[in-house]
Amino acid sequence: MADGESSVGYPSTGAFAIETRGLNLWYGDFQALFDVDLGVKKGIITSMIGPSGCGKTTVLRTCNRIIERLGYVRTTGSVYVLGHDIFGDDVEIVQVRKQVGMVFQRPNPLPISVRDNVLFGFRLHEARLRKVARAEEDEVLESALRQVLLWDAVKDRLDRPATGLSLEEQQKLCIARLLPVKPEVLLMDEPCSALDPAGTEAVEEMIWQLRGDYTILIVTHNMAQARRASDECVFMLLGRIVEHGRTEELFLAPEHTETADYIEGRYG
Amino acid sequence: MFTATALNRRSYRRQSVAKAVFCLMTVALVIPVLLILGTLVVKGAPAISWEFLFTAPTNNMTAGGIFPALVGTIWLVVVALLASVPIGVAAALYLSEYAPDNLLTRAINLAIVNLAGVPSIVHALFGFGAFVLFFRFNASILAASLTLAVMTLPVVIVATRESLQAVPHAFREACWNMGATRWQTIRKVVLPNSISGILTGVILEVSRTSGETAPIMFTGAAMFVPFLPQSVFDQTMALSYHLYNVSTQLTDVPEELTYGVALVLIAIVLLMNAVSIGFRIYLRGLKKW
Repeated sequence: MADGESSVGYPSTGAFAIETRGLNLWYGDFQALFDVDLGVKKGIITSMIGPSGCGKTTVLRTCNRIIERLGYVRTTGSVYVLGHDIFGDDVEIVQVRKQVGMVFQRPNPLPISVRDNVLFGFRLHEARLRKVARAEEDEVLESALRQVLLWDAVKDRLDRPATGLSLEEQQKLCIARLLPVKPEVLLMDEPCSALDPAGTEAVEEMIWQLRGDYTILIVTHNMAQARRASDECVFMLLGRIVEHGRTEELFLAPEHTETADYIEGRYG
Repeated sequence: MFTATALNRRSYRRQSVAKAVFCLMTVALVIPVLLILGTLVVKGAPAISWEFLFTAPTNNMTAGGIFPALVGTIWLVVVALLASVPIGVAAALYLSEYAPDNLLTRAINLAIVNLAGVPSIVHALFGFGAFVLFFRFNASILAASLTLAVMTLPVVIVATRESLQAVPHAFREACWNMGATRWQTIRKVVLPNSISGILTGVILEVSRTSGETAPIMFTGAAMFVPFLPQSVFDQTMALSYHLYNVSTQLTDVPEELTYGVALVLIAIVLLMNAVSIGFRIYLRGLKKW
């Protein structure tokens, strides 16, 4: 098994936005992850590919500890986000989730207005500490929607229900509402799989815009997407990381035969 | 080539027989309801007047109105609601939003379902033992209402839990992922989207509570009280119990009066149901998904 060392190099804790060390995870008796050592670099887009059930989504969901909600999950090893162990004793899960936002396969806007959706997290975390003027809210709202390239499309519909937007707009909105609490990391679990090709292209373009400001870890089934929309790529198989490298290298000259077989479509 | 074969025709015959049977059963189901309502309206309507509704019974209850019973029923229902709604909604919130899925939770759920199946006369005896004797509330509105509350708790809990669980899980995920606590999620997303179902359950409970007789017989309802209840510690008349009395316990009650009481009782129940349905339609219209 190759952890990051082969192609990426492995600096010390802190150089990565997300770093896992010897991460093992069990769902009940079933071991889903085996000694996963992953380093996700700050400010770039890292994609994770691999056949269904290989553990991509599990890794993603461990990074903001959303996985624990299942109750029967057990982990060993550690996960560092921005250099801090998120399984530490004094870690407040709400603070972790503020730093590590997550986007799901199916857009899940809340059944409230576009404005309230975008400001939901902001009001939850910021507006309870101090009085926030309407003007500041408007600013936060506009900046978040502009970052996801949605402002022009919805600026006249801010008080309409978010559930009335198109799927593509909904997915952008779901990303926009993470931004006002200023996360460092965005986790995306197949964010385009519910969208049509045009929607996929638009969301990919938007994700590319966020690159640099945020560290983005994106799980995808779509190899073409991984190839065109990520800087680094991680290939997983059966709960292990097989290969992690710069995307074009991984696709042009994979080091491992499993990787080569997968990207050539021999299984998965 | 495309003409019907013998097999086709036989399938169609069977299909129309099945349809006819189901249709007949549906009609058979509606007929008793119409007959009951029709009988009540025809025989009871002549008795209904403002005077009937707003005066007390006279002449050993063979004449006069039903005002104390009407007021008593309202007291009983309101006090029962005050007791059962907060407890029931809170319990449903816990079971649906917080409780881990383990043996204990499943046992509690099973107990609730079973509680709903306990005959009302058993509730009456429990209420008599617990509230009248043990807590020394004596026969009073309080004891009777608490008995009604215990009896209707399962309805409130089940109705509330079901409307909570009808809120899509994705909404909760979305909230939790933005760092909302469970309580923030409940308050901002789950409750606003399930309130219509909860209220429907509550109103249905009202209609059921107002019609119950057995649970209040031993615990607080009286055959005749010449004054209106002043506090929850008074005994009271109630429509359902009054109907039982005028139709089986007393002689010389004009038939018209008996049917009149029944008509008022069923009108209250139907009115509650109608309010409940109207409310649900209104709140559904507000829903945004």
